[in-house]
Amino acid sequence: MAVNRDYVGRTFAPTEPYEVSRTKIAEFAGAIGERSPLCHDPEAARQAGYPDVIAPPTFAIVIAITSSAQVTHDSGLGLNYARVVHGEQSFEHARPLHAGDWVVARSTIEDIKDLGRHLMVTTRTDITTVDGEHVCTARGTLVERGE
Amino acid sequence: MLSYADAEPGAELEPKQYPAARLDLVKYAGASGDFNVIHWNERLARSVGLPDVIAHGMFTMAQAGRYVTELAGGDPAAVLEFSVRFSAMVVVPDDDKGAMIEVSGTIAEKLDGNRVALSITARSGGAKVLTRARAVVRVP
Repeated sequence: MAVNRDYVGRTFAPTEPYEVSRTKIAEFAGAIGERSPLCHDPEAARQAGYPDVIAPPTFAIVIAITSSAQVTHDSGLGLNYARVVHGEQSFEHARPLHAGDWVVARSTIEDIKDLGRHLMVTTRTDITTVDGEHVCTARGTLVERGE
Repeated sequence: MLSYADAEPGAELEPKQYPAARLDLVKYAGASGDFNVIHWNERLARSVGLPDVIAHGMFTMAQAGRYVTELAGGDPAAVLEFSVRFSAMVVVPDDDKGAMIEVSGTIAEKLDGNRVALSITARSGGAKVLTRARAVVRVP
């Protein structure tokens, strides 16, 4: 089934609010081997001027993925997820995510293009607080490998 | 650790090695919520044509993120922008060692506001696994 190119420019519904917790930041930092006290020790984070422990730079993927899953699993788009690999990823941080943040993510398909036999779908996910403060823009390119 | 005053465009930064064993992938799956079977089940990984279990691309990016964070003095918030292209797989065998990811970098550019752009590369098993990786960090 071909991918529907009319989806370029489409913005999906925002996710339910997500609470960034100390426990999840510590779990994620522990899983990647990041030992910075700023991710593990609220007191160290406060002394460095942050409201609470802060997330490593790629933590935003945990939030972005709940939003971009809407894109990859949209039957109208027609992506064959079994043939999909992660091609590119980027993050632009206005500020670090910290424990206590309540955020929502909203994804927009920016581009769908061919690369030889493959198809590349680029999705931008904007992460904002529930009060509307922009925190991070994540961009991911998925590659659907051709037969 | 980098300082803005001493940052020389073109200067090479000391490479560092980051291990990736099966246990690391299992932990990352749980922490990230990405339970794709190719990252923990050898039988199913091989059935879709992979040589073995492979690391999550985002696990590899996270290791490069540690490298960049360390260069920026250990403050994850100093990493303002970070982008990568996943150019090859990190194959993680089921032995006591797993895989090794070597991350290296050069100073690409000095920007205003005490920001420095870094060009990053990661290699594993003889292949470049991250290319066109760039980070913008704020340094003292």
